[in-house]
Amino acid sequence: MTHQPMILRILHDRVAAAVLGILVLAAFLVPVLNLMVPETSPFHVPSYVVTLLGKYLTYALLALSVDLVWGYCGILSLGHGAFFALGGYAMGMYMMRQIGDRGVYGDPTLPDFMVFLDWKELPWYWYGFDNFGFAMLMVMLVPGVLAFVFGWFAFRSRVTGVYLSIITQAMTYALLLAFFRNDMGFGGNNGLTDFKDILGFDIQSDGMRATLFFLSAMAVVGGYLVCRFIVDSRLGRVIIAIRDSESRARFLGYRVEYYRLFVFTVSAVLAGIAGALYVPQVGIINPSEFAPANSIEIVIWVALGGRGTLVGPIIGALVVNYAKTYFTGALPEIWLFMLGGLFILTTLFLPKGIVGTESIVAAFEARRLQLAKWLRPYDYADKEAGQ
Amino acid sequence: MLRKFFTFSWVLPLAIILGLVTATSAPAHADEFSDAVQALNAKSKKQIGQAIDALVATGDERAVPVLEALLNGKLFYRKADKQVFFAEKSGKVYVLTDPVTGKEAGEATRKEAKKIGINNKLRGQLKGVLGAMTLMSPDSAKRMKAADEVFKANSPGMLPMLEKALKREDDADVRDRMTRARAAIVLEYGTDTQARIEAAKVLGDFTDPDVSALLSKVAANADDDAVKAMAQDMQVSVENRLATWAFVGNLFQGVSLGSVLLLAAVGLAITFGVMGVINMAHGEMVMLGAYTTFVVQEIFRNNFPGAFDWSLAVAVPMAFLVTGLVGIAIERGIIRWLYGRPLETLLATWGLSLILQQLIRSIFGPTNQEVGNPSWMSGAIETSTGLVLTYNRIWIIVFSLAVLVMLALIARKTMFGLQMRAVTQNRSMASSMGIRSGWVDALTFGLGSGIAGMAGVALSQIDNVSPNLGQTYIIDSFMVVVFGGVGNLWGTLVGAFSLGIVNKFLEPYAGAVLAKILVLVGIILFIQKRPRGLFALKGRAVES
Amino acid sequence: MTQHTQTILYLDGVSVNFDGFKAINDLSLYVEEGELRAIIGPNGAGKTTMMDIITGKTRPDTGDVIFNGGIDLTQLDEAAIANLGIGRKFQKPTVFENHTVFDNLELALKGNRSPYQSLFFRLLSEQYDRINEVLKIINLAEDRQREAGALSHGQKQWLEIGMLLMQDPDLLLVDEPVAGMTDAETEETARLLKDISKSHSVIVVEHDMEFVKALDCRVNVLHEGSVLAEGSLDVVQANEQVIEVYLGR
Repeated sequence: MTHQPMILRILHDRVAAAVLGILVLAAFLVPVLNLMVPETSPFHVPSYVVTLLGKYLTYALLALSVDLVWGYCGILSLGHGAFFALGGYAMGMYMMRQIGDRGVYGDPTLPDFMVFLDWKELPWYWYGFDNFGFAMLMVMLVPGVLAFVFGWFAFRSRVTGVYLSIITQAMTYALLLAFFRNDMGFGGNNGLTDFKDILGFDIQSDGMRATLFFLSAMAVVGGYLVCRFIVDSRLGRVIIAIRDSESRARFLGYRVEYYRLFVFTVSAVLAGIAGALYVPQVGIINPSEFAPANSIEIVIWVALGGRGTLVGPIIGALVVNYAKTYFTGALPEIWLFMLGGLFILTTLFLPKGIVGTESIVAAFEARRLQLAKWLRPYDYADKEAGQ
Repeated sequence: MLRKFFTFSWVLPLAIILGLVTATSAPAHADEFSDAVQALNAKSKKQIGQAIDALVATGDERAVPVLEALLNGKLFYRKADKQVFFAEKSGKVYVLTDPVTGKEAGEATRKEAKKIGINNKLRGQLKGVLGAMTLMSPDSAKRMKAADEVFKANSPGMLPMLEKALKREDDADVRDRMTRARAAIVLEYGTDTQARIEAAKVLGDFTDPDVSALLSKVAANADDDAVKAMAQDMQVSVENRLATWAFVGNLFQGVSLGSVLLLAAVGLAITFGVMGVINMAHGEMVMLGAYTTFVVQEIFRNNFPGAFDWSLAVAVPMAFLVTGLVGIAIERGIIRWLYGRPLETLLATWGLSLILQQLIRSIFGPTNQEVGNPSWMSGAIETSTGLVLTYNRIWIIVFSLAVLVMLALIARKTMFGLQMRAVTQNRSMASSMGIRSGWVDALTFGLGSGIAGMAGVALSQIDNVSPNLGQTYIIDSFMVVVFGGVGNLWGTLVGAFSLGIVNKFLEPYAGAVLAKILVLVGIILFIQKRPRGLFALKGRAVES
Repeated sequence: MTQHTQTILYLDGVSVNFDGFKAINDLSLYVEEGELRAIIGPNGAGKTTMMDIITGKTRPDTGDVIFNGGIDLTQLDEAAIANLGIGRKFQKPTVFENHTVFDNLELALKGNRSPYQSLFFRLLSEQYDRINEVLKIINLAEDRQREAGALSHGQKQWLEIGMLLMQDPDLLLVDEPVAGMTDAETEETARLLKDISKSHSVIVVEHDMEFVKALDCRVNVLHEGSVLAEGSLDVVQANEQVIEVYLGR
């Protein structure tokens, strides 16, 4: 089964095929319905919905990255919000530089907050961020390098399980405190905001929003394919082997730390990309993205959707975040009860998540069959008669 | 000997002494006094300064309230005739009192009277002269304060007064302060090299940032090289002692922070360390303890206000009971289904923490609650060296150690402690020996939670009681337990205090936030080196 | 000198302490190339700890562990030692429970262990044949697509031995291979190990005296962390000290 071409393997996995199909369809359809269909039409998708959906999709990519390390490698990272935020900051720095002299203080190079702090020149680590290519490289490199260095120390000294969870949490907490400081040169408490454009295109425009949505959807699909390739390779089987029996893997000669490091770093890069797509859609990045609570919330998306399934976390992220938007608007008091309850109920009653739980997948399959019969009754009539 | 060198400023102090002496015998200077009071209403601050000296020179005891009124902004002049009055605000108008006769002199609206304004320089002068005038007060506390004021003002005019006060002073502490004030004046304004060197030596025995500042000022500016050198030497020795005291101060701050960390972490050391359960809702147990304190205090305030000092004595067992029961409920309801799945336990208890926070927010509201300090916990021990040891911090240090000792006794000396250790070491063996392991788990978790609740009582005394209280401590407590070594109370103790002390010693150099970041990064690196903490068990026991 | 080149494993004066408890006390041991060696001893004699030291899981406080005439194993970690050609079967059968029997064997396949190689790995046909061959040897050919977690205890033991075969090490350390096996399975295992020892060096730790007898090889008796006696099973069983240790006074 694992030796088939990847496309066949995905098609064989009904849930994944359905979700990816919907994503690709939406990537093209939503922008069309937003831009081409007149506002009066019932099929028109308003711009705010496009942006909201785009935001959910970046969360889905983030959830995917957490699933890769938690579901397959057994590393419960409570610090993935940090990689997401770092990717976001890299993107934010590019957009800050793009503002140029259109800021409140009109300084051609210094962002407003630096002028406000009475800084005279750009800190060295802001150099190059006016170049789009360089900024995109940093979006991947900064979270990647942090994950590599952090992972190198942690995995080499065999910090695992809850210890690793706790120190990843400490890592994002330390970054939270650091980014709150004005001296860091990332806008302190307020973060980076008031963005104007990307590559000369206004980020407020409908076209840009639709483009970002399209890119987010494709990033989720791309992220899925990358993860799928990793998971289905022999490396994927090695990391599952490590997850299930670390010492057996070591005594077979596998360098457990290298494998973990590879997956952790790839995952951090994916999270960074998600962050970079997130920031232009919400228009701001500030230190609160580093809050440990955020990172733990990502984990529940994965847990609810089904860890170790790749497609589950995508569903989990979309479902939980839609619920969050709905309930924080309608019943703000209730939302934290619901989120808390979700953590408890999922771990107690749905440990494999929606996608991992056989009965749910079976129900999905039954519905799919029903739909197929309704669409092509004759095919199935023949088959059933044949039996 | 000394006086001889102050001939230039003799007139004024002599006048004060004479004045004081004569004032008590014959209040014959009514006119001179009223003139001096009137002179306070001068155009320039410089003139006011001279008028203050003149007023002091009258030696009239009525000068004291006048000068105090001037200092406190209650001395006004009437615009119509420029006469100076005490003014007391009464509704929309000022009630005027004649400072000379002490009789009421009618009222004035805000437009009719104007305050005599002073600046910081005059304020210093006023405090100094007022100090000098109370140097002879029968109350030793007032004399002490006066001596300090004179030292701060450091004006050569007060020297004779000081000399006189010194002669009749019999309280050793007050004498000390007066000696310091005298030496300061001699050192800065004296002309005799030998006397100034002596003065510098005297000052060198005091451990006080102000003395150090004065010495360095003299060391920089004095025209006499010998004096300069001696001041320099003495400044270094004072500075060294100050550094020692600053060290002691930092140490206290560190131990204090350590005791807070210990309180927050010790419950965790049981649930995480002994049972291996990651309880992310541990911080919320602390928070519940703090809210229990709030509720208990509310009951005391409303029903037994006289016994408010005893409220904490009730709050501690109440908090233990409330959070202990909540803990048992959590263990029976959630955690026992998740044994052997630590990461799932982590997530479920995190969810629980969200629910508890929101629950408290819904009941008590999101704002901070007012939790009072009982009288025996307010106030502080202060020393002249700038060291401030607040009583609530001291009590919390004592309390944290008491909790730790109690816990160690429970674990070592009681039947429950024995069963607890048995179950954690070998569950099936313990069960087969008739220990009801389920109940031991529940009680152990309840004990850990109850201790967190007691920590909440202590923390309510120094921190804001809000639904987010627990969140501020949870990461720190995990750091302590991980750093100290899991499953080891001794490790938790050493971990908590070393983290607290390191944090406080970094703060002066790096600032509070950066210090915290450095400590976090330090722990992350430390865990790489010793993944199982400071006091880790070795060998086969940990392999499984 | 000639003997030295034939020694595949050489433990010299090895000691290790666990919080004051001497698990291994000045242990010295030689194993010849191509030899089958059994280690017996009562509980707590240090058998498993000795395995841990050889495979790099535990670092000795003092002493040397020399492999293949010159490589000091005490400086290396588990993966490096495994890649040198030392395979280990645990006391408790340890297989990758979420993988199929086939995948378990494939993961044990001798070859480059770097993540990069793994990512772009493709199974060659001769490797595929080799896996099938081993599947037959360990009697799991029909269970090849079953998840290893679903196997019986004895089957897991065999699968783990199969993984050692795939790894094709120079030296195999086998910790209690017949625990939980039926008599027939035990016999089969003894035959298999003797077969393996024709082309590999094997150290077996075992309690089961029938099994050790069936192996028919040199035996070391371990007691309180050092070697009490060495020789054929008959010789050591006749040893006064050994009888004392096993039966008590």
